[in-house]
Amino acid sequence: MNKLSILTKGIIKENPTLVLLLGTCPFLATSTSAINGLGMGVSTMAVLACSNIVISILRKTIPDNVRIPCYIVVIAGFVTVVQFLMQAYLPDLNSALGLYIPLIVVNCIILGRAEMFASKNGIIDSALDGIGMGLGFTLALFVMGTIREFLGSGTLFNIPITADLITPMSIFMLAPGGFFVFGMLIAAINYFSKGKAIKKKDFGCSGCALAGTCNKAEKEKGGCDE
Amino acid sequence: MISNLLMIMMTVVLVNNYVLAQFLGICPFLGVSKKLDSAIGMGVAVTFVMVLAAAATWPIQTFLLDRFNVGYLQTVVFILVIASLVQVVEMFLKKYVPSLYNALGVYLPLITTNCAVLGVTILNIDNGYNFIESLFNAFGAGIGFLLAMILFAGVRQKMELADIPGPFQGVPSVLLAASILSLSFMGFSGVVDGIFM
Repeated sequence: MNKLSILTKGIIKENPTLVLLLGTCPFLATSTSAINGLGMGVSTMAVLACSNIVISILRKTIPDNVRIPCYIVVIAGFVTVVQFLMQAYLPDLNSALGLYIPLIVVNCIILGRAEMFASKNGIIDSALDGIGMGLGFTLALFVMGTIREFLGSGTLFNIPITADLITPMSIFMLAPGGFFVFGMLIAAINYFSKGKAIKKKDFGCSGCALAGTCNKAEKEKGGCDE
Repeated sequence: MISNLLMIMMTVVLVNNYVLAQFLGICPFLGVSKKLDSAIGMGVAVTFVMVLAAAATWPIQTFLLDRFNVGYLQTVVFILVIASLVQVVEMFLKKYVPSLYNALGVYLPLITTNCAVLGVTILNIDNGYNFIESLFNAFGAGIGFLLAMILFAGVRQKMELADIPGPFQGVPSVLLAASILSLSFMGFSGVVDGIFM
């Protein structure tokens, strides 16, 4: 696989949120406006790229049995760095995103990429993969944030567009609007890709780091959909 | 005192429901809600771990991190405490309470990376709750999660039989159903204040 395709596959073809359906919690929660979406996307991308690099460097050192806790510690370290940087330089964005900055630690995309890519590939490939996946997540958040901000408050990047002409539908800024717009986006992707993009048509555990456990759960209890 | 605790609990069950209002724990909500049995199992396991995690992290924050001025280690310490707690609970249940282990065991490892559990421990600290309030908040959050899971499992069982247009089959229809459920929970805003004030 050449370097360019490693970088670009995360953006459209294997978009972590819209195609692989990972990281839905921060995706729904922080896409209330285009700015918030971009901020969350870029911070996740930074953590993803850095943790992919470090995990790739340590991939031969980390014992297989305790790899998940090791990955979590690396990721949590970078999340703390990002948290400090945001508190210092972007206090407004930090208070808007609030709880979801520390929760980057448990974002399935990051642990999933560590498990599926960084632990098996070289440093440069892992960095490119992290940046590509991060860009895909940022793009998805930006699109969703733009739609919700436009419908919910009639503005784009806080500049009024239709806010004075039509009463904005503030429900789109709230929780139900998040689920609704996400559902419509995936339906649109299904329609335009004629069902090719999302083959499984269900919430997949395949990209999740805990897929092995999940399969066990399914066999015993019907736990997961896959 | 009692009414304050009940109010914290009811608020987090109905008004600030973790899944439907705050988008915490969406992955298990959408992934494990296909069958009622597994939805209940997951919900009970999450409630159990949430209360234990709140009980473990509150003293650590108050007596270790705050005391030695290392509050910035919160994220790293909390996630490690939750991960090891889940492991210990799993081993304990396997050895001493096998019946409970059979019911919840398979869900426990999945909970480590559930953002609702880490979320409830951080929110307890951010909201300045004391120890008892933290426990009630965590219990309420778990019950809210369980309630959302059970309701949604019922909705999804009905949806299995529905004839849904092509592009909406699967994920989109599930998300639209979640949207309607979330909309109905918005009706609770203000109700809790009215009861306890």
